[in-house]
Amino acid sequence: MTTINTKSEIIRNPGVEFQQERFCNLKINLSAVEDRCAEYAKRRSIKKENQAAWLLKVISLIDLTTLSGDDTIARVRRLCRKALNPINEKTKGLLNLDKVNISTAAVCVYHEMLSAASPILKGTGVHLAAVSTGFPAGLSPLPLRIEEIKYSVEAGADEIDIVISRRHVLEGNWQELYDEVKMFREACGDAHLKTILATGELGNLTNIAKASVVCMMAGADFIKTSTGKEPTNATLPVSLVMIRMIREYYESTGYMVGFKPAGGISDTKTALQFMTLMQEELGRRWLEPDLFRFGASSLLGDIERQLDHFTSGYYSAAYRHPLA
Amino acid sequence: MTLEKYIKDLDYSVALEDDKSAMEWLSKYGSRFGQFIEGEFLFDKKAEVISVTNPSNSKVLAEIEVADKKVIDAAVAAARKAQESWSKTDGHSRAKVLYALGRLIQKHARIISVLETLDNGKPIRESRDADIPLAIRHFYHHAGWAQLQDTELRDHQSVGVIAQIIPWNFPFLMLAWKISPAIAMGNTVVIKPAESTPLTAMFFAQLCEEAGVPKGVINIINGAGNTGALLAAHEGVDKVAFTGSTAVGRAIRKSTAGQGKKLTLELGGKSAFVVFDDADLDSVVEGVVNAIWYNQGEVCCAGSRLLVQASVEDKLVYKIKKRMKTLRGGNSLDKSIDIGSLVSESQFKQVSSIVEKGLKHGGELFQCERLNPDANYYPPSIITDVDSSHPLVQEEIFGPVLVISSFRTQDEAIKLANNTRYGLSASVWSENINIAMDVAPKLIAGVVWINCHNKFDAACGFGGVKESGFGREGGKEGLYEYLKPIKLKHEKTKVKSSPPLNSSNEKTVPSKIDRTLKFYIGGKQTRPDAGGSAPTFNADGSIAAWVGIGNRKDIRNAVAAACKGRSWAKKSAHGRAQVLYFFAENLSVRRDEFVDRLVMTTGVSKSAAQGEFDTTISRIFTYAAWADKFDGAAHNAPYRGVTIALPEPIGVIGLIAPDEQPLLNAISLIAPAIAMGNTVVFIPGELNANIALELVSVLETSDIPAGVINIVTGEKSEMSKQLSGHGEVEAVWCWGEKEIIKEVEEISVENLKRTWCHENDDRNWLIKSEGEGPEFLRQATQVKNIWTPYGD
Repeated sequence: MTTINTKSEIIRNPGVEFQQERFCNLKINLSAVEDRCAEYAKRRSIKKENQAAWLLKVISLIDLTTLSGDDTIARVRRLCRKALNPINEKTKGLLNLDKVNISTAAVCVYHEMLSAASPILKGTGVHLAAVSTGFPAGLSPLPLRIEEIKYSVEAGADEIDIVISRRHVLEGNWQELYDEVKMFREACGDAHLKTILATGELGNLTNIAKASVVCMMAGADFIKTSTGKEPTNATLPVSLVMIRMIREYYESTGYMVGFKPAGGISDTKTALQFMTLMQEELGRRWLEPDLFRFGASSLLGDIERQLDHFTSGYYSAAYRHPLA
Repeated sequence: MTLEKYIKDLDYSVALEDDKSAMEWLSKYGSRFGQFIEGEFLFDKKAEVISVTNPSNSKVLAEIEVADKKVIDAAVAAARKAQESWSKTDGHSRAKVLYALGRLIQKHARIISVLETLDNGKPIRESRDADIPLAIRHFYHHAGWAQLQDTELRDHQSVGVIAQIIPWNFPFLMLAWKISPAIAMGNTVVIKPAESTPLTAMFFAQLCEEAGVPKGVINIINGAGNTGALLAAHEGVDKVAFTGSTAVGRAIRKSTAGQGKKLTLELGGKSAFVVFDDADLDSVVEGVVNAIWYNQGEVCCAGSRLLVQASVEDKLVYKIKKRMKTLRGGNSLDKSIDIGSLVSESQFKQVSSIVEKGLKHGGELFQCERLNPDANYYPPSIITDVDSSHPLVQEEIFGPVLVISSFRTQDEAIKLANNTRYGLSASVWSENINIAMDVAPKLIAGVVWINCHNKFDAACGFGGVKESGFGREGGKEGLYEYLKPIKLKHEKTKVKSSPPLNSSNEKTVPSKIDRTLKFYIGGKQTRPDAGGSAPTFNADGSIAAWVGIGNRKDIRNAVAAACKGRSWAKKSAHGRAQVLYFFAENLSVRRDEFVDRLVMTTGVSKSAAQGEFDTTISRIFTYAAWADKFDGAAHNAPYRGVTIALPEPIGVIGLIAPDEQPLLNAISLIAPAIAMGNTVVFIPGELNANIALELVSVLETSDIPAGVINIVTGEKSEMSKQLSGHGEVEAVWCWGEKEIIKEVEEISVENLKRTWCHENDDRNWLIKSEGEGPEFLRQATQVKNIWTPYGD
């Protein structure tokens, strides 16, 4: 079986020393950023074969997620199986992709659900991510937050989605933010670290830019927009600012850091705007799962329906596609 | 079907907009267009024709018939006939017509966008998302002004028949900019689209009937430069509105000189894009894309001259180069492109040759790859390592070519930005409100954008200063270009008959020397350069006084002094008002003396002289009052931000006065000009030139800074010639004979100064509605629109 992802190893971002000058003068202009974001969908068109291809790619970038108080073992198992078989065999056949292994990038759950997911995903290539560090508010005691990471890694998570302490951003305690993320990174060991900025709670784009830089300096493998629990989730302007910081960090250090928008991305149109944003700002390499993820739960269903439309010419009903 | 390759590339689709209905529309008209006059399409088999091509594939789309003199006569006659009833049509009815045009354009937006792209070569995305929606917005906005004209502009009336000549870079949008305010205010138009891009205008013509535009209100004629020249110079036209190159603008100014026509010119530019080191550089890069690669850089206000603070120059240039790699060129109908085709082969050749020749003077060229094999696609380009002396920094290229140089300090940035003959627009990029709000007013341009570029709206005035032309389009300030004040009929004032200023009078008149009055230049009384003087006479024929005969050098000195006095504009409006009040106070003390002089010199009765004097004092009070009340506006454009419309002084104004009411006319011209912050060179009417010079001793004691008011006497024809030809004089107001007006308007083309010319007796200065008010203040100012988006 082949996969649809291009393989090429990247050097994991080890982080750099805390350097104030990397971010202290940053100033982001909201109106200009919004003007730019209004253009992505209008300046680039993704249709037909291209659209099908881009959507298949989107599937391979999804961290299929469930983060609810009522998650159960059965629910998580169903999610994992869907992650391994995101599109039905018939569509796959019509797309001539029988021999291609298509799965989502990862499954993302709370720590307590790892034991349900781990046996199913082991050896499949689908990563297992756990949200951590007192998700979503991140206000439990620091030693416990660090322990939580270690627990999850032990339980089979190879990706850890941590939440940053928003108060450090809002109070301008950048050094503390850096130190905290660095501790989280150390606790992760070989597991990859995604830092959730909770952008909806950071006040403005300038804070988002600064927090992005500090997290990358501290060794984040990914920077991620939201928990999905804030009042506003992944928006294009927020994403553009974070992506620009990733580019700047890459250009000055040589380390490639990934981006994960999460929350609120539930239809193909929005997903393709994010894809275009990445393609335009960072280029093709950043459209691989080691550098780009979608945190999403219902997006997959909409993609399936679009692919169905592509193969049949008709729009499908949701109930014809297996529930995640 | 295998998707694997698509997955590997993740490329965009070539998404061609369907041009079928546009092509069908063309063939419905046999791909040939004549003229649209009095509501009818007119064809003439024998007419000379011009081919209209699609620049992105060089295929012929249609042909147009060239309008000759006879056709233009017919079009102007039709417009004249329609104007009488259209100007009397009530505002609400006119509003309904404009609204209907807006609606109809909206309904046909798709086909108009496609036609525009086929004809001009611009990306369909721009036609669809910018040109046509903005055109629609102009009709809606001006429908509103038609509705409100009765109440909001009640002191004004329509101008009459307007000749409008529009360019090829925004064919439909410019049509909307020109036609909507003109017909909203009750004028009728004869408009000539550019010969290379007439198709959307023809489409618009067929909408006119459906919209209920009365026959003759909108007439559209086709043709090239000659047709435009004939139209502009046509004696039946009351006003000419032109958008295009500075060279053609000059020619129009010249050909209409002395015809008494109103004129607006929206011309070329070399707009500065000023980046400070605290700007959001990634956003600046996108700003650059919008500023210079929007519409292939074929934009009069394109940000074509990037000035960047030295400390971030390398970083910004690196980012721009990197960004250029993701620009896409291609078929103009492809929705996935950023850059389409230049408008024509000749434009392509011109841009190529300007760049090629310019590079011989140095500079480093960096270009995008030639992504589009089409002949007229010019790749986005930047040129670094060039300074203000480089021809590519000075000349307008009118293509996708950006020149980049650096500055050290804010002061230097302003100096370099203003170091150009043009003054259409500029943008300033800084995240510091203190820098942005300080720099914006100091950039000499009609439009300034803060942290953005190339934003437009119908509610905001657009237009230039210096050699970028004069007049505004959009906003309330734009309406006055299509209005004239309603004047009361007045009786002509009597002017005494005595010889004009001439040094040869010395010999013919018995010498009974009263006094010799010197010029007033730079706060000092100075003698004439050539030493010549001549007598002015009292009404009884005796000598009133001797006054100097000024020459070229005296005007040069006076203008130099006026330039030195420019800091007057920085004085607070309150401060200027205080100076005017003090001047009035000092002058009023000398009432008896001035009344006697007026009686003696002009021969009026004592009570008439008293009336003139008292009105003069009142007039100074009027402008002292206005000094801090002629406010700008905050325009309501559809974005999160505010557009500030700022009336700014013009600069140095030459004032050429009539003979009658010599004290009052002097003050009526000088006071509004200086109240708004201008400095002036005043040329008194020859016959009573001594009166204005008698004011000098009052001026000297009234705290008026040196250079703000300068007075030179001399022969009117010589003085007006020297003033109109002086490059540092930004405007001339002239009351004079027809020949003098013609000469003033002709000579003014050198630096395209604003002229405001009148025949000698066009008003009675004693009457408030004629002798004072906002009409004078609008002439003393030009509106700068500062776009200020905000939000964090």
